[in-house]
Amino acid sequence: MKEDTRIGGPSGKFPATRWSAVVAARSDDPRERSRALGAIVEAYWKPIYKYLRIRWNKSNEDAKDVTQEFLTQLIEKEYLSDFDPAKARLRTFLRVCVDHFVANQTKAAKRLKRGGDVLHVALDFDGAEAEFTRAESPLTVAASAASFDEYLEKEFVRNLFTLAVADLRAFCEARGKLRHFQLFERYDLDDSVTSRPSYVELAQEFGIAVTDVTNHLAFARREFRRIALEKLREMTCSEAEFRREARALLGVESA
Amino acid sequence: MNWLSDEAVARLRSAGAEPEFAGTRYQLIERIGSGGMGSVYLAEDATLGRRVALKILDVPDSAGDLAARLQREAHILASLEHPGIVPVHDAGMLADGRVFYAMKFVEGERLDRFAEHEGTLPARLRIFQRICETVAFAHTRGVLHRDLKPENIMTGPFGEVLVMDWGVAKILRANWISTTAETAREQSRDSSGTLTAVSSRTPLKTAHGAVLGTPGYMAPEQARGDVEHLDERADIYSLGAILQFLIEASEPATQTAPRALTAIARKAMDADPAARYASASELGQDIARHLDGLPVLAYPENVLQKIARWAARYRLAIVLVLTYLVVRALLIFWFRR
Repeated sequence: MKEDTRIGGPSGKFPATRWSAVVAARSDDPRERSRALGAIVEAYWKPIYKYLRIRWNKSNEDAKDVTQEFLTQLIEKEYLSDFDPAKARLRTFLRVCVDHFVANQTKAAKRLKRGGDVLHVALDFDGAEAEFTRAESPLTVAASAASFDEYLEKEFVRNLFTLAVADLRAFCEARGKLRHFQLFERYDLDDSVTSRPSYVELAQEFGIAVTDVTNHLAFARREFRRIALEKLREMTCSEAEFRREARALLGVESA
Repeated sequence: MNWLSDEAVARLRSAGAEPEFAGTRYQLIERIGSGGMGSVYLAEDATLGRRVALKILDVPDSAGDLAARLQREAHILASLEHPGIVPVHDAGMLADGRVFYAMKFVEGERLDRFAEHEGTLPARLRIFQRICETVAFAHTRGVLHRDLKPENIMTGPFGEVLVMDWGVAKILRANWISTTAETAREQSRDSSGTLTAVSSRTPLKTAHGAVLGTPGYMAPEQARGDVEHLDERADIYSLGAILQFLIEASEPATQTAPRALTAIARKAMDADPAARYASASELGQDIARHLDGLPVLAYPENVLQKIARWAARYRLAIVLVLTYLVVRALLIFWFRR
């Protein structure tokens, strides 16, 4: 008979990062502020770039410039000091800021390619453009604020999961558990085949027992969930907001 | 892999949301509901070979308040052994850090959905009586539900009526703890401090001004956030609102509900707690009196109403006597002709 589950759990406690990038972005400590803004930029630059492409119909080059300039202004002019989590979600706030920013840009020729000395996050625009052309056609998004919010939300989740997957790979590599990640990649990420492989097929493919497949996948999924939620927590200001966002991220909102 | 397709994102979402049952006796079947604190899953208890419902927090609760609330709900349910309250089988924390408790899987439907298609008014009133009995039992154990509404009542196919979702219940007295909870507490000491936030002697307090409950079913004092002064009569108000719902759901718009019944609902929902029924039992008994054709506490009758109720109660006997008298009169008339 298996041991009953106990409060406290077989794996003990689960310390969670309480750090909020949104709060830290208003810090007086320049290093803390820089780190926070880096986290926000990392989470949002790609959704913003794609949003500019689809909502404002910007060309690839224009969208790059506007994204960089907007993020530079976000940092230099401290846009986030006006953000009130009680009034809107951070995504909605940023979308409105982007919309105002674009609307106020009267002369495209005056745009300066700036940001190199302010942005400390490498922005892979070629990669973002490849994703954009691969995934979306501007015609597929209806022109309404709600649908653009939805689009931004979707891209934010995609980007957050992408970052979490990258961190998971690094985490597994550092602990000599690359096989765990490879199984996770094969089972949960690979959609190149029409149907998912079964655990038995994965066991044969990797030359391990089926129980190992189950355990390795459980480990990878648990760590993925932890990393994704930690990243999400950085983008929220309070525990209540984090819970709301987490439920939305995981698709378990109340009916 | 740098780019995640929509399908991969959906898989990751599902993988992130799915509780991790590794190392437990449970095997996930499906998610069957979602609420304010977490989700309810149908699972197979592999040890006992039966289906159970698991209420699980959606995300690990590092702050501890939601976890404590869920654990407290499990302890309250465990302390309230009654046919109208779903029994708890197990409680703990999953490997992914999410707190859960396992309870009996109730097959049936919520009262609000049941009322859409089933039952005559008397049948619904009998269900309502069962709800009153369950709530009265909880009150005698010092527990106030605080969120009674049709959505939190389950009706089973074999006449079961279960009061669910005790997540915002209030402990009225310090001695509510059952031996079950005491035992759990003692066991937790033996497990080298792995127990977290199970403080069964220190009930989780709701801050003054905090509004817990559902508009439309919440007593005025509860809606004001007057937490310290809430007592059983707040639940009686909610019971009155449920009764009102059952009356309105069962009667066609053209037909008026019995006055005595609407008076019972009005009394239970009086804005002044002192004017409501003193207990859920008293409310249930008034419903029983109505079903038996007896006068109810909430509705003083005049003479004509008393006669009408008496006539309704003894309708068959009256018809038989009248038939006998008419036949006899006809026979007398016939033979005298």
